[in-house]
Amino acid sequence: MADKAGPDKDGYFGEYGGQYVPETLMAPLAELTRAYDKARKRRAFQRELQTLLADYAGRPTPLYHAKRLSAELGGAQIYLKREDLLHTGAHKLNNALGQALLARGMGKARVIAETGAGQHGVATATAAALLGLECTVYMGEEDMRRQRPNVHRMRLLGAEVAAVDSGSRTLKDAINEALRDWVTHVRHTHYILGSVLGPEPYPRMVRDFHLVIGQEATRQLKRLTGRRWPDLAIACVGGGSNALGLFSAFSARPEVRLIGVEAGGTGTGLGQHAARFQGGRLGVLHGTRTYVLQDDEGQIATTHSVSAGLDYPAIGPELALLHDLGRVEYTTASDAEAVAAFHTLARGEGILPALESAHALAEAFRRAPNLAPDRLILVNLSGRGDKDLESVREYDLATATAAEAEEE
Amino acid sequence: MNRIDEAFARCASEKRAAFVAFIMAGDPDLTTTLVLIEALLEGGADVIELGVPFSDPIADGPVNQRSAVRALTSGTRLAGVLDLVARARRRWQVPIVLFSYFNPILAQGVGEFAARAAASGVDGVLCLDLPPEEAVPEFVDALAAEQLAPIFLLAPTSTKSRIRRVDELAQGFVYYVSRTGVTGDRAELAPELIRETKALRRRLHHPLAVGFGISTPDQVAAVGAVADGVVVGSALVRLIEEHGGAAAGPLATAVRELSEPLRQKKKGWFRR
Repeated sequence: MADKAGPDKDGYFGEYGGQYVPETLMAPLAELTRAYDKARKRRAFQRELQTLLADYAGRPTPLYHAKRLSAELGGAQIYLKREDLLHTGAHKLNNALGQALLARGMGKARVIAETGAGQHGVATATAAALLGLECTVYMGEEDMRRQRPNVHRMRLLGAEVAAVDSGSRTLKDAINEALRDWVTHVRHTHYILGSVLGPEPYPRMVRDFHLVIGQEATRQLKRLTGRRWPDLAIACVGGGSNALGLFSAFSARPEVRLIGVEAGGTGTGLGQHAARFQGGRLGVLHGTRTYVLQDDEGQIATTHSVSAGLDYPAIGPELALLHDLGRVEYTTASDAEAVAAFHTLARGEGILPALESAHALAEAFRRAPNLAPDRLILVNLSGRGDKDLESVREYDLATATAAEAEEE
Repeated sequence: MNRIDEAFARCASEKRAAFVAFIMAGDPDLTTTLVLIEALLEGGADVIELGVPFSDPIADGPVNQRSAVRALTSGTRLAGVLDLVARARRRWQVPIVLFSYFNPILAQGVGEFAARAAASGVDGVLCLDLPPEEAVPEFVDALAAEQLAPIFLLAPTSTKSRIRRVDELAQGFVYYVSRTGVTGDRAELAPELIRETKALRRRLHHPLAVGFGISTPDQVAAVGAVADGVVVGSALVRLIEEHGGAAAGPLATAVRELSEPLRQKKKGWFRR
C-alpha cells in the first residue's frame, strides 16, 4: 500500500490494474498522471488541499468510542471513524476536493463524475461549486429513485444530474456513461472518478486522497486508548476507496487484521449480490484488470445490493492484490444484516449510518462478542444514512409484509 | 499476403479507398447476420467489421449500444460469432475483422481465442479497450501465432510517439477515430479531419481507415479522397434497427449508395 507497494510504473498492483481504455483516452490519462505526480509533490498544492480539508470539509473527523454498544455486545471495544461527519456526509469529499483542485490546475473548466449512492456525486458537485467548475454527474435511474435526496442536493449545488437508463441503471452504467462523456469532451473536461477503480492513475490517486482517514485514526486511537493499532480494522468495500483509506495506515502492521465487507445482497447466485470474491474472476471492466462478476462468456453480471454504493461488479485492483496476498480478509453482509446493523447503531448510539457503512458495522457486531473486552475494533463509518431513510423504510415494510404473509 | 492486405492492395490499384462496413453480429440474430453480410457484399463492401456484443460498450454511442443489447438478447456470445464467421468463410473470401471489447476474449483465454478465430477464418481483431500498452505482449503474440492481424486505433489525441508505436505493431490497417467521442453518426465531420487524416497517412506505413461518425455519401467521398479506407457503422446498424429481419434489401442499397462516391473518385484519389 501507499507509495512502496504500488502500483508499478505501468499501473499494476501484481497482475491487477493497467489502462484498458480506448486510444482517445490514453493521452489524457498520461496528462493526468503527469499533473497528479507533479501536484502531489508540490507544497502549495498540498497546503491548499489541507486547508480546504480542515476549514471547509471539517477534518479531522472524530474517532468515537461506541461504549454503550460495545458493552451491550459484551466483547471488544468498537471505535468508529466518523467520516459520516465530514462535510457532505461521507468520506468521498476527500477525493473530490483533491481532484477538483487538480482539474483547476490542469485548466479544465468542467468536471464530470459517476455516482451510485449519490455521495460521490454530491461531493463532486460541492467541490465544483466551491472552485467554480461546471459539473455533470451521471447516475443510474434506479439509483436516482432510491437515493432521491442526493439527486436534489446535487441539483441545488448547481450540478446537472444526467439520468442513465442503460443496463441495470446503477453505478456500473453510470461509469459507462461518464467514460463516454469523457472520451467526447476530453480536452476541457476532467473525469473525477470516485473510487479506487478505473485506469492508472485513478486507483492510486483516489487512494492517496483518502490516506488521511487512516492517518488520523491511528493518531486518535493513541490519544484515546494509548494504543496506536487496533486488533481489527473493518470497512465496507464497493470499489474500495474508504477501505483503502483506512487499511493503508496498517500496511506495515501485520498484527492488525484487515477485514473488507462486500455486499451479500439477497443470496449467493450471480445477480443477487455484489461479492466479487464469491464468484468473481479475472476480468477487465472500466479500464482495469481485476476480479469481476461475469458470466462464463465474459459478459458483465448485474449485481444487487440494498446499498447503491456497493452495487458494483468489480473491485479496485489494489484490493484484489491484497486479497490474493491474504492481507485483507473478505466477508459479506447481506441486505438483511446491513439493515439490522443500521437499526442497531441508530438505537444503540444515536447515529444513522449509510447503508454502505452498515455492512461494515454488521461485521463488527458479529465479531465483537467473540473477542475479549480489551480488544479494539476500528470501523470506518464512511457515510451517514440520511440518504437511505426511504430505502430502509421500504425494506422494513417489505420484510414486515412478507412476515405477515408467512403467518397467514 | 493476407486477405486484409489483398483487399487494400486491390482498392489501391483501383485508385480508391476501401469501403469497410460494420455491423453487430447477432443483431437481430446470428442467422440473419449471415444474410446481412451477403447484403453488405452485394452493396460493394470491401472489408467486413463484425461487432462482438458486450454488456458494457464504453466506446459506443446509443445506436451500437442498442444493437449490442439486441444481439445479447438473441443469445449471441463470442463463440457464436466465431461459428458465424466460419459459415461466412465457406462462402466468401472477404476480409473479416472482429470489433470487440477485451473481456469476452479474456474470458475465453487469449490463446484459445486466437486459435479459434483463425480456424474460423477471421483475418484481424480490433479490441476497443486494449491500447498497445496492454496488448503487448500477450494479445499481440497470440494473434501473431495464428497469423491474425492486430488492428489498433489512433485518435485525434494520439501523440507522435503513440502513432509510431501503433504503426510498428499494427498489421492490415490502422483505424483512425475521426473525432474524440463514441461511435455514432453525426451531421458534420470534424472540421480538421481532412487535414489530420492527410498528415497521419503520411506518417504511417500501413493503410489508414477512418471511422466513427461517417454516415452519408458526401462524408464518404470527402474522407475517401484522403484515406485508404472509410468505415461506416452506426448508419448501417440503424437500418438493422429499423428493418430487423428484413434489413438485407435496405442494407445492400445503403452500402451501394454510400460506397458509390469511392468508385467515382478515382481521379482525385490522394496518393501517399
